Amino acid sequence: MSSFTLDGQTVTFDAGQTIMQAALAAGIYIPRLCYHPDLKPHGSCKLCTVKVNGRQASSCTYQAQDGLVVESNTSELNDERRALLQMLFVEGNHFCPSCEASGNCQLQATAYELQMMTPHYDHFYPDRPLDASHPDYLLDFNRCILCSLCIRASRDVDGKNVFALSGRGINTHLIVNAASGQLADTGFSGDDKAAHVCPVGVILKKRSGFRVPIGKRSYDIRSIGDLAEPGES
Amino acid sequence: MTAPPKLKIATTSLAGCFGCHMSLLDIDERLFDLLELVEFDRSPLTDIKHCGACDIGFIEGGVCNAENVHVLREFRANCRILIAVGACAINGGLPAQRNHLSLPSILEEVYHTSIGLAPGNAIPNDPELPLPLDKVHPLHEVVKIDYFIPGCPPSADAIWKVLNDILAGRKPELGHGLMHYD
Amino acid sequence: MPDTAVLDIAYLDAIVERHGRDANNLLQILVEAQERYGYLPPAVVDALAARLAIPRVKIEGVAEFYSFLHLQPHGTYRVLFSDNITDHMLGSGALMKQLCHELWVEPGKLSEDGLVSVNATSCTGMCDQAPAMLVNGLPIANLSAPRVENIAELIRKRVPLADWPAEYFRIENHIRRKDVLLNSAFQPGSALAALLARGGAQTLDEIKLSRLRGRGGAGFSTAAKWEACRAAAGEQHYVVCNADEGEPGTFKDRVLLTSYAEMMIEGMTLCAHIIGARQGFIYLRGEYRYLLDHLQQVLQRCREQNLLGQDILGSAGFDFDITIHLGAGAYICGEESALIESLEGKRGTPRNRPPFPVTHGYLNQPTVVNNVETFAAASLIALNGGAWYADIGTPASSGTKLLSVSGDCESPGIYEYPFGVTVEQVLADCGASHTQAVQISGAAGKCIAPAEFGRRIAFEDIPTAGAFMVFDQRRDMFEVARNFVHFFAHESCGFCTPCRVGTSLLKNMMDKLAHGHGSPYDLTEIEQLDQLLLSMSHCGLGHSACNPVLDTIAKFRPAYDRRLAHREYVPAFNLDRALTQARQMTGRNDAGAHLGEYE
Ligand SMILES: Cc1cc2nc3c(=O)[nH]c(=O)nc-3n(C[C@H](O)[C@H](O)[C@H](O)COP(=O)(O)O)c2cc1C
Ligand code: SF4
Ligand code: SF4
Ligand code: SF4
Ligand code: FES
Repeated sequence: MSSFTLDGQTVTFDAGQTIMQAALAAGIYIPRLCYHPDLKPHGSCKLCTVKVNGRQASSCTYQAQDGLVVESNTSELNDERRALLQMLFVEGNHFCPSCEASGNCQLQATAYELQMMTPHYDHFYPDRPLDASHPDYLLDFNRCILCSLCIRASRDVDGKNVFALSGRGINTHLIVNAASGQLADTGFSGDDKAAHVCPVGVILKKRSGFRVPIGKRSYDIRSIGDLAEPGES
Repeated sequence: MTAPPKLKIATTSLAGCFGCHMSLLDIDERLFDLLELVEFDRSPLTDIKHCGACDIGFIEGGVCNAENVHVLREFRANCRILIAVGACAINGGLPAQRNHLSLPSILEEVYHTSIGLAPGNAIPNDPELPLPLDKVHPLHEVVKIDYFIPGCPPSADAIWKVLNDILAGRKPELGHGLMHYD
Repeated sequence: MPDTAVLDIAYLDAIVERHGRDANNLLQILVEAQERYGYLPPAVVDALAARLAIPRVKIEGVAEFYSFLHLQPHGTYRVLFSDNITDHMLGSGALMKQLCHELWVEPGKLSEDGLVSVNATSCTGMCDQAPAMLVNGLPIANLSAPRVENIAELIRKRVPLADWPAEYFRIENHIRRKDVLLNSAFQPGSALAALLARGGAQTLDEIKLSRLRGRGGAGFSTAAKWEACRAAAGEQHYVVCNADEGEPGTFKDRVLLTSYAEMMIEGMTLCAHIIGARQGFIYLRGEYRYLLDHLQQVLQRCREQNLLGQDILGSAGFDFDITIHLGAGAYICGEESALIESLEGKRGTPRNRPPFPVTHGYLNQPTVVNNVETFAAASLIALNGGAWYADIGTPASSGTKLLSVSGDCESPGIYEYPFGVTVEQVLADCGASHTQAVQISGAAGKCIAPAEFGRRIAFEDIPTAGAFMVFDQRRDMFEVARNFVHFFAHESCGFCTPCRVGTSLLKNMMDKLAHGHGSPYDLTEIEQLDQLLLSMSHCGLGHSACNPVLDTIAKFRPAYDRRLAHREYVPAFNLDRALTQARQMTGRNDAGAHLGEYE
């Protein structure tokens, strides 16, 4: 069977697997935000950057190959990943104490894992109005990290194209498929895959926030890097 | 053997809610251990009004007005180590949620157009009152900050851990359960 | 603005039909639709979504990616000043202010009467005749205060662009030095005749022998690329000419397209023969929209002479034709995989690589992407042989290179040299004096200081895509770097975190220094950010965004030190000014209503 090494540990893989998939199957955590096991990888957040034979590559899109030497959990890469997290925090408006996703949020949990004590950079404090038009769901764009998981889920799984990226550069933003620009006027439904993939607190089910008490939320119970069992995603 | 000189600590709350100070007091009996090592200078705990030369400055709350700027500068000038404590000090927190609005529109709303104001209400211009900045800023956008303790508020254990790491000359770290932003 | 009632459906239908109702042509359709309205009204978006059977969100996402497409009205007259440092050095900043003043508009905002908008745009490729602007997509160069005054008058009087003085729109070639390529009196058909006489495989051998390397910047072996594409399995193969020429300070492709288009087209055609392609594209940057009619005419002439079309030059089964696709204001679309996305009508986001375009390019089929100059050189090699070409230049860099010389020199323009020419030689030839620095290969390239002027232009020493911007001793190299950093922040496609956020942070940090709030702390921050961009970015744009800063810090350190006004960290903003609004609202001006500087 083919294998590569990840931080010195031998990882076997099946043909066609990416480094990320093989690592997950082996129960090894590589930080990630725009990867979801059910969706086509995208490679944009760059949290999963590893060194493959000494060169940086996104592990979620890089095909595993026999004999590769992969480094991931190094202080150099973790320092750079922390800087990426800091960028995501200052780019949006992340006020965790008043966020329904707090405790279940992958951005926050990854920042805990990588010991992000401060957002470090100057904040952009963008103005991003909410969309509360839909009867069951709220969109709080303040926290969007542009990972495009909702876009891929809606397009590739739901067959709906409810979401898309618009703008460019620092003005890149999420839009919904309606002339009014409102979620209520799209075909979005709570049964969509897209309703359940947001890693942060943008796509929120109404009237269900803060139900789980502090201490019992996903990442209160375990850290994001603590994969309960191999193969878990 | 003589005891090492005590470290001087000053604390203050800028645009904060004193929650972080409550957490500091929550250190409970360890506060006595702490007092073996440190003494408090300017602080809501001591009533000293101005900060003298200190080893550690402990600040909760962000910077939302001119007064906050003065106090923060005083701390920076006098404290060898400055620690931003809590969500508001670190990213502006709740007060910074006004940042996407213009200050004039906020003042208009609060003092002129909101319902239930007494007739003739005006924006206060008393020189005793500090003027608000156009935006609320976390501490690190105004002065250099040496350490950060996240949380809203950070738990007593988190504060204790970071203080101990600093006193022991270690890079402060918060393990799972201690590190939280809410 | 047109609601559905006045929407010209027939006009839209004609565009959609002309593009085969194919959503892969979305960008072209949007460009044409906008020509009618000056922007893309919601009704147009809806009508196109219905006709192309795509979600409207896709159209909006594409429209908002490209600087030249608008979902909101931008005026009957849309004026864009070229924002390159070479334009600024010749006073474009003041000219833009003047125009805004005369027309009573704010930069970036539509005038109240909806008549005009004035804004800046990334380098328009007219650096040898700067300052330059685009008016409704058409270039006007050699701007001066009187010319701008006239332009204001023409706009105020609503004179149609067709009636503006013709000399305003005259663009010069400024060819200053010719070598084998520019000197070749190229006869249309001659390269293809040589190809057919020699055979495709043998012609590829000649290209190999010539050691031709790509002229778009990266310098990849052209023969290796063609060979890989020829070998790649696919239903169709494609040839793409990269005429996006977005790198600030580069304008040599513009001159080739203007006066050497046949040579380039024949290069594409012989590539098509070698790799087995039937369809080619020229991806022409939106800024060169004015060359579209000319290029269409050249293509038409080629078809008439059977240099394109079916059974080219009577060779049975040698079928190939070329379509021109227009860009719409996005530097990133010069990156080959982003270019292909753009050709497919999408947002110009670079793809994950591997796979590379030679195996998975346009519509996931094997595709060769080469620069304009590379294709022109290929024609020359087909004519004169690989050995002849390999003899020119240096061992690792055969042949000649076109340089786009601009900035502080007497004769800006196009200079063709054999590879290996020294920087010094070019400076002497273009009449530069008191030169402080040369920025080679554009914003993404290298900044060269006098001590290095003996170095050579060649892949093994100073590689270049062609830009050669000269700065004399009057220039502030910090401001040069800051201009480039603004460029990258504006052009970042926004796909990956490090570049999307990092280029804007870098821009803010450079602005912080420029505004007098700098301290040594900020310089360390800038250096760390540069490192992050270099190691974490998804594509070449992010990797090179830090180059101008790293180079100028290393070589022109005093320009930075001057900006480090403070010993200790100070905020990026002026605290006293942050109280201005509160002072105005309260009417206070007492001592307590102010905050002093602090050290
Ligand atoms: C951000 C970026 C912009 C680029 N712009 C251009 C361009 O405008 N023209 C060009 O020919 N190549 C450009 N390139 C290089 C292309 O990706 C590609 O390497 C080139 O077109 C290949 O052609 P060549 O081998 O003939 O040079 C750019 C690359 C990057 C990363
Ligand atoms: S999305 Fe996550 S990081 Fe952002 S505010 Fe919510 S919990 Fe915090
Ligand atoms: S809404 Fe959520 S899932 Fe969608 S792009 Fe933003 S962060 Fe990603
Ligand atoms: S590096 Fe910049 S231009 Fe390249 S993919 Fe990332 S955001 Fe886009
Ligand atoms: S998880 Fe790989 S780039 Fe985001």
